[in-house]
Amino acid sequence: MPPTHSRSVQGETRDMTTPPTSAIEAQRRPKVEPRSEKSKPTGNPEHIRIADYSFYYGMSQALHTIDLAIPERQATALIGPSGCGKSTLLRNINRMNDLIDGIRHEGDITIAGESIYDPFLEVISLRKRIGMVFQKSNPFPKTIYENIVYSLRVAGRNKKSELDETVETSLKAAALWEEVKDRLNQSAFSLSGGQMQRLCIARAIANRPEILLMDEPCSALDPIATGKIEDLIHELKREYTIIIVTHNMQQAARVSDRTAFLYMGKLIEYDETEKIFMDPADPQTEAYVSGRFG
Amino acid sequence: MTNPPPTTSTRPQPPAGETYVWVTGMGLTIGLVMILFLLGLILRNGIGVFWPRRVAEVTFREERDTRFREGLRTLGVILLEQDRDIRDLTPEQIESPDPADRREKQLFIGNRDVYGQSFAFFNAGNIAAIDYPDNVIRAERLEWGDALLFPVRLHSRDGVEILADDPAFDGTLNRLVREVGDRRREINRIERFAIGRINLQMRDLELRERFFARQDALTPEQEAEYATVRQRMAELQAEYDPLAAQAGVLRARQMEYTLDYRVISGEARSMPVGHIVHYYYPNRLNTPARVRLMAHHIWDFLSGYPREANTEGGIFPAIFGTFVMTLIMSIAVMPFGVMAAIYLREYARQGSLVRAVRIAINNLAGVPSIVFGIFGLGFFVYLVGGTIDNLFFPQALPTPTFGTGGIMWASLTLALMTVPVVIVATEEALAAVSRGVREGSLACGASKWQTIQRLVLPASAPGILTGLVLAMARGAGEVAPLMLVGVVALAPNLPIDSMFPFIHLERKFMHMGFHIYDLGFQSPDSEAAKPMVFATTLVLILLVVVLNLLAIMVRNHLRKKYAADTF
Ligand SMILES: Nc1ncnc2c1ncn2[C@@H]1O[C@H](COP(=O)(O)OP(=O)(O)OP(=O)(O)O)[C@@H](O)[C@H]1O
Ligand SMILES: [Mg+2]
Repeated sequence: MPPTHSRSVQGETRDMTTPPTSAIEAQRRPKVEPRSEKSKPTGNPEHIRIADYSFYYGMSQALHTIDLAIPERQATALIGPSGCGKSTLLRNINRMNDLIDGIRHEGDITIAGESIYDPFLEVISLRKRIGMVFQKSNPFPKTIYENIVYSLRVAGRNKKSELDETVETSLKAAALWEEVKDRLNQSAFSLSGGQMQRLCIARAIANRPEILLMDEPCSALDPIATGKIEDLIHELKREYTIIIVTHNMQQAARVSDRTAFLYMGKLIEYDETEKIFMDPADPQTEAYVSGRFG
Repeated sequence: MTNPPPTTSTRPQPPAGETYVWVTGMGLTIGLVMILFLLGLILRNGIGVFWPRRVAEVTFREERDTRFREGLRTLGVILLEQDRDIRDLTPEQIESPDPADRREKQLFIGNRDVYGQSFAFFNAGNIAAIDYPDNVIRAERLEWGDALLFPVRLHSRDGVEILADDPAFDGTLNRLVREVGDRRREINRIERFAIGRINLQMRDLELRERFFARQDALTPEQEAEYATVRQRMAELQAEYDPLAAQAGVLRARQMEYTLDYRVISGEARSMPVGHIVHYYYPNRLNTPARVRLMAHHIWDFLSGYPREANTEGGIFPAIFGTFVMTLIMSIAVMPFGVMAAIYLREYARQGSLVRAVRIAINNLAGVPSIVFGIFGLGFFVYLVGGTIDNLFFPQALPTPTFGTGGIMWASLTLALMTVPVVIVATEEALAAVSRGVREGSLACGASKWQTIQRLVLPASAPGILTGLVLAMARGAGEVAPLMLVGVVALAPNLPIDSMFPFIHLERKFMHMGFHIYDLGFQSPDSEAAKPMVFATTLVLILLVVVLNLLAIMVRNHLRKKYAADTF
């Protein structure tokens, strides 16, 4: 069951204990409640394995010997106060941090047993297996259609029928199809903020990655759009291993199966989401999830 | 934070900071006023050239000792009236109660063949009367500039004669002038194109022939080729002769009719109708007719070829040369500038070396353009052009083909000069593409180059085009370096024409900027050239504006396509 803290955390005003304020909220809620997926047979419990991983921006160390295993086809939430290294960790999984000068790491990250730092592994093929949704939605200055098929086109897949099909399935998966199916050739900038973010999700899953990384995907969205994306995450985790960074405790509780709490670049606690929220082992975790710090 | 206590004094507070609004606004105002003044001057003078003005008959006061070639009257277009230079005034004139004594009028009197000059100043105080005779004709001629004349009669070689007061006179003259115009175009077509084409082939064959003639012994194959060359030359000669004869006949017909006329000073003159390009009765026109005539003049100016050391006729070759040069320059400067900027911004490691390169590029933009001209002459013309000649055109030497100034070298020189502008603008545009979009693309599995090619470049296209606009504006208006690398005052041929291979990059060309300089400062009668200078300047400015507008339109189109960069 989701936690029932009545305190609002980090400025988030949506609270599960207060009665629904709108019809949409009321409609949406029942879908969030059941945790039936959790009982389904899970895949590889160590789909992503982060092993004694430390990371440095130049001289300053952002991550301190993080060790955690992320199970396949489940949603894992990364929580922690601002600046604790959540984004850094996430961006290392698809080696997005490679763009930054003067970085260094220790330890290893493996995906399905293969190291992402394997010198024979091309970083491009790694990124093709991992979709990423950014905190600030970043649609490309192209049409909606071209945004979705971008990852296929760069991989040299240009067959019209395949592209069309991808657009439809991805947009349906991102719960955007009904809203945009008649305007696929309009600029992506003609969408609303929430639609843009769902477009980015559709884009991230267009070429069927194994893993979906989401860095605060709802931070710029209103409660209704947030709700849609949360529903989406529930759907998506049937197929994808999802790691989601969030500042919103309720959101972490609603969407994730497991939660990792990071603090000052260290992994403080990592467990079943219910456990983290109801009965954290570490007093720092307790303090954070109950909103007493940060 | 405490608010200051409310002041009870009624004294108005000095408007803090407001003074700078005035200071900054004044800077803008001064700049604007100067630009508007310049544009206004050019516009007024440039357009004024084409307006068919009335021709005045000026009668001088008998008691004053003013004469125009012994006569008391003169004929001319009054261009302006101004105060005379005090140093030119006599004591009586200074004392004179009539202020007109201290002013003067400038007249365009035309008839340079008679008077030796086209413009004259007259003391305003000496003028008794001005009227506008109805039957004066202003005729634009092939030589000696315009004539202001009173027609007397038309007569032909076969004895046809029509007097000026005959009602058929105007109709006949009109028809004859139209006919000679058509014939002139026909002669031009034959001589410039048909005969020109033959000459060109002939030149190549002559080079072959000279080669064979120099050999002591010829192999049988060479012998055979020599024979075909000579045969081909004979064929061409056979083609040439009837064309030349045809042109000769047409030329003779141009002389068929003669117009006898009188100028105001009394001399009786005559000229073949074939010399008249265009004529009108300036004092008989109503406003719509004047407007029509002006449009006609403007069209002739834009589409015509220059005559009489460029001071008459049109400036089409100069417009065309400027346009083609700017185009070639843009084609050359775009890829280089954009590639350099991409490397600098996207690939190079941002460090002190890149910073130094950037500073160097910015400084390059400040190098005087003549230095680029000298570099272009040394590098492009002598080194590159000379090498091309040695390798590909040895038979033409010592006459250079590419080893002399030409439109290609001029364009490349200007491209070199404007490349910093494009680099700087492109770099800015590239830097403005958000990190989010780049990361999104990489996260989709795109390589760096794919990201640049598919997202960064299209998104920065408007900015890149802005750079190109600036480069074009600078390139099209540049003169100094061109004088060294291929611009001439009068080019016999256009750089692009219907003769194979159609685009002649080695040709010398005309350029409006240089045309202005040449007219204004190199022509013997600078007064006569002044209208042309203004008109050409106006056209040059318009051309730059049009090029800019085009680029801006493309840019806006792209902007719309890629929608708002902010969201
Ligand atoms: N490009 C960088 N260069 C140097 N230091 C960086 C860089 N990016 C992040 N850091 C530092 O690394 C630490 C972790 O940053 P990170 O972005 O991972 O935090 P976060 O947990 O995502 O915070 P937030 O919740 O505010 O997004 C911070 O101290 C930050 O200042
Ligand atoms: Mg972050």
